Amino acid sequence: MTSLTGTGTLVRLILRRDRVLMPIWMLCMALLPLGLASGTASLYPTDAGRQGYIDSLAASPMLLLFYGQKPAEPSLGALIFWRSATGIVIMGLIGLLVVIRHTRVEEEAGRRELLGSAVVGRHAPLAAAVLTVSGASLVVGVLVALGMISQQTPASGAFAMGFAWAFAGILYAGIGALAAQLTTGAGTARGIAGAVLGLDFLLRGVGDVSGGGLTWLAWATPLSWVYKVHAYTDDRWWLFAVCAAVAVVLAYAALRLSARRDLGAGLLPPRLGPATAPASLSSPFGLAWRLHRGSLIGWTIGLGVVGGVLFGGVAKTASSLLEGNGQLTEIMERIGGKSVASDIFVGGSLGIGAIAVAAYGISAALRMRTEEAALRSEPVLSAGVGRLRWAAGHLTFALLGPTLVMAATGLFAGLVYGSSTGEIGRQVPRVIGAALVQMPAVWLLTGLTVAAYGLLPRLSPAVGWVALSLCVLLGQVGAALQLDQLVLDVSPFTHIPHLPGPAAVPATPLLVLTAIAAALTAAGLAALRRRDIPVT
Amino acid sequence: MDNAISVVGLTKSFGQAKALDGLDLTVARGEVHGFLGPNGAGKTTTIRILLGLLRADGGTATLLGGDPWRDAVALHRRLAYVPGDVTLWPNLSGGEVIDLLGRLRGGLNAAKRKDLLERFDLDPKKKGRAYSKGNRQKVGLIAALASDVELLLLDEPTSGLDPLMEEVFRQVVAEETRNGRTVLLSSHILSEVEALCDRVSIIRQGRTVETGTLAELRHLTRTHITAELATPPNGLAHLPGVHDLKTDGATVRFQVDQAELDAVLRQLTTHGVRGLVSQPPTLEELFLRHYETEPVR
Repeated sequence: MTSLTGTGTLVRLILRRDRVLMPIWMLCMALLPLGLASGTASLYPTDAGRQGYIDSLAASPMLLLFYGQKPAEPSLGALIFWRSATGIVIMGLIGLLVVIRHTRVEEEAGRRELLGSAVVGRHAPLAAAVLTVSGASLVVGVLVALGMISQQTPASGAFAMGFAWAFAGILYAGIGALAAQLTTGAGTARGIAGAVLGLDFLLRGVGDVSGGGLTWLAWATPLSWVYKVHAYTDDRWWLFAVCAAVAVVLAYAALRLSARRDLGAGLLPPRLGPATAPASLSSPFGLAWRLHRGSLIGWTIGLGVVGGVLFGGVAKTASSLLEGNGQLTEIMERIGGKSVASDIFVGGSLGIGAIAVAAYGISAALRMRTEEAALRSEPVLSAGVGRLRWAAGHLTFALLGPTLVMAATGLFAGLVYGSSTGEIGRQVPRVIGAALVQMPAVWLLTGLTVAAYGLLPRLSPAVGWVALSLCVLLGQVGAALQLDQLVLDVSPFTHIPHLPGPAAVPATPLLVLTAIAAALTAAGLAALRRRDIPVT
Repeated sequence: MDNAISVVGLTKSFGQAKALDGLDLTVARGEVHGFLGPNGAGKTTTIRILLGLLRADGGTATLLGGDPWRDAVALHRRLAYVPGDVTLWPNLSGGEVIDLLGRLRGGLNAAKRKDLLERFDLDPKKKGRAYSKGNRQKVGLIAALASDVELLLLDEPTSGLDPLMEEVFRQVVAEETRNGRTVLLSSHILSEVEALCDRVSIIRQGRTVETGTLAELRHLTRTHITAELATPPNGLAHLPGVHDLKTDGATVRFQVDQAELDAVLRQLTTHGVRGLVSQPPTLEELFLRHYETEPVR
């Protein structure tokens, strides 16, 4: 097979390039079910307790959408396989993203051309990418299985679960490889493959929730086969044969498609743009809108609408859950504050949403750095645009974008939560308020990133992401590790009042956080005015 | 004289590395000024300082009568800039980028835009990621040339263009200068410099080593002479200004400094000149001399 010459070398190249990224995601995925299992084992040590837990979760259609049909028996393993189903979707997402990263991205960047001129078979790069991701997925699967065995669950179930996770990665690596053949842009390829995963998820969810005549949908997609393995209860090993066969067919189809096209080209013709710019594209702000609108829309739908509906939908179920479980209440109170159970849950969910939205704010602010490093700020800054005006375009989205997303999250959470308790008029403003009260902490992290961008441009991505990771760490595990309050106070999220709740909102911490955010932003902009551009 | 650009003793360091070390540059209004030098000599750094993107450590720079750092925004409305490596936004079409940059500068000439798109044979509908290097360069050139500005700062603008497009570029720049525009053209393509530039400045290691018209610069170098004489020459080697003399019977080949040409020709005629070939110094020689790390002189 000369068309595969060099595959081994290319696998090593991928491993070398991803030597940091790959172990991180593999470890994260392997630890996810392990952490969930050890936590659940101590919270619900008995079958009866677990059955109650399962029943209360399964009462929410929203959770069935995510987790699939509830397990037939309340063993720890079955509960964890069911509860950690999100991990299956994440494995699929990682599979398709990594394959596209090593195929279409390389081709778009022109690096694939360099390889193509070396002694490398036509199919080697694609084969190497699919093989590497499949191998990594299998390793994750084995690690998951070993983790579950360490939690005293039966080995056969543990390996069924591990392979289910592995095949999610492998199947969607195939989907990613197919999508990478279709378009010339990596972004569009990611969009197509991601949309397939999203659609599969939705179809499977509808099938599981609806019961009745649509049950067949729960069997219709690759994702659903992985769910239907039902590790620890049915252990449907034969499904892996189906998955393996389909994975081979997908990879083969991708190779055939890649053989039929030119290097750099896609099967779908590249879309052309307009010959002249619309009137909206006449200012630094107009340019910023074009650059930021995709992620703004994505975040608004992803977190605002989907996340909001989910937070609101689960709240009422969660309250019955919390009432029977002191330990879980304590955990949620730590995030959401002392209040009515459902309020605690909504507040806690919005707190987690705020962390996600802070990531959006930081990445939007760092867009300035990307533009500068790619030398795309230069033509704008030498065309009659002052530095502050240029920065203001991006900062509008870095500061107000997250605010809009958070408001949408509050709105949809409030609507769903309110409709479940029959008091929409009361809940919508309460929950929107609880969402927006998080913003000063989000702005502070964005401001810190802007300050770093002005003063230490090269380090600004590290500063932003390390600060966010620190906040996550302090917020999620800080209290559990019984760290000193002074240490916990470092995170701006520690100072956010717990809403929705009965207590009056103290204005001082919000004002202080906002003032610090403003000062940091101003410092960054002042430094930006003075320094050299570009710093590469 | 009314200068578009006037730079005196400019210095700039990046950490330990000295990029500019007392650079001087004067560009008169209405001229095309060639800006030459080996890679890393400081050409791009100088242009970025003129654009107010970098801040000079020392020296003075005046651009269109203003301070490039302090008056950056106002000055930028009166100039257009093409970098040596035009990078485009992957999701914006070429036409959109041309319009955006033109509008940011305060509007662009629609007739010129259309004309340039045709002459440079550019499809404005393609997205940024789909353009080749040469076509990206065309997007930058059209965006700059379609604006009615006083000054064009061009930093190796034709890198990646094919010879046909290179010719179009020369025609367009020649037309622009007839309309009174000033051009600072950084380039490595000597024929381009020769065809377009009134004056050139050669810089090396952040310092200006030569400036003047091409004719003036030629005077600084040597003419190649090949002469067929009636009698074998003698004494020629001892004349001042004669270099690399090679005698082959009655045929002599040598180089002579421009200043001594007259005296040397007198001496030649005493031997009875039967044939004479004189070659002016090529630009390549001129530049190579300055580009070499150690001065030849």
